Amino acid sequence: MNAPAIKELILKMADDALIIGHRNSEWNGFAPIIEEDIAFASIAQDKIGHAWALYKILHEHFGETDPDRMAFFREEKDFRCCHFVELPIGEYDFSLVRHFLFDHAEYCRYEMLEHSSYEPLAQLAKKIKGEIKYHLLHADTWIKKLGAQGSEESHARMQSSLNELYPLALGIFEPGNFENELMGENIFAGETELQKQWLENITNSLNNTNLKLPEVKNPRIGFGGRKGFHTEYLRPLITEMSEVIKSEEAGTEW
Amino acid sequence: MKTENNSLDPRIKQLDLESSAQSKVGEKEYWITWEVFHQDKRGNHHEHQGSVHAPEAELALVFAKEQFGRRKKCVNIWVVRTDHVFTFSYSDEDMFESAVSPEKSYREANGFKVRDRISEYKKKNKIEVKVKGGVEGYFGGITET
Repeated sequence: MNAPAIKELILKMADDALIIGHRNSEWNGFAPIIEEDIAFASIAQDKIGHAWALYKILHEHFGETDPDRMAFFREEKDFRCCHFVELPIGEYDFSLVRHFLFDHAEYCRYEMLEHSSYEPLAQLAKKIKGEIKYHLLHADTWIKKLGAQGSEESHARMQSSLNELYPLALGIFEPGNFENELMGENIFAGETELQKQWLENITNSLNNTNLKLPEVKNPRIGFGGRKGFHTEYLRPLITEMSEVIKSEEAGTEW
Repeated sequence: MKTENNSLDPRIKQLDLESSAQSKVGEKEYWITWEVFHQDKRGNHHEHQGSVHAPEAELALVFAKEQFGRRKKCVNIWVVRTDHVFTFSYSDEDMFESAVSPEKSYREANGFKVRDRISEYKKKNKIEVKVKGGVEGYFGGITET
């Protein structure tokens, strides 16, 4: 097994899940109506659970530190999340469109990993399949309601968020250093193949709406995260996320 | 003119609301409620759990799954528009009283308990039970040997 290739794949998946989970949890208590608040917070919590499961594989099989230290005590440059998940939550349409684009990619990725030759990833993919299926149902339902039914305002808001987010979403598929190794050893079919399937799936969902994918001038505009270069939004997020656990290490008692 | 508003929410009650500034909710500006029924195992009855707000059925299902399906075993959920549920008025509660009246004990299925007692008696006294053939025999003739 190609350890560096698997590690790189798992780390970026874990960091994406942790950061999008934290971002979406920021809606907790503020999302429109209580039912949606609970549903979205619960989905965010699931993402953090996925991150934990992935960090745990790194801890148990590759000698990395434990999941809590991975999440809270690394420097910004050690994160491998894409820029797309780092952006602030914006208004609810922005967060919903990001949830839609991200979760479709996540669903495709885990679907591909179900057949991975790396057993821990294949097992995880099978285990969380039902969970992600619900996340996708939640996203697709909202996209349909606000992008097809809804009102003129809701269509306009969703379209404008889609225009902004779609080019950045392509940063999810920024190739890693080991694409050929991952494909060659049947660990993962690679980012290019993932992007192809993702585009097909989101196009199908958007066909039920009035929303159109925008033209992309620069498909690499959201790249950098996989190499450890991040937006200005990541550092404050890490600081806030780790505030409590770091104050405990510094001796704060509750 | 300032008057005290009748809100039960203390945060709203503290506000100085103009009495003329009463808000009006339009027909499509609120979400209706849906009753949620949860099934814990295939074949079991769906049982009522509570309600959710949603503008239509698809979102009602999405919300019901998270409100009522995430903390215990669940295999399926129904949602039904609250206004599609028909009910009696509590002023008619007296219609149901006779169901628990001691004078109507003949309606209770006590016969089954007698049969249990007979079986138990026979078992205790090691009496073998034979059932004669035919319908008459079945009802009339449990014989002791």
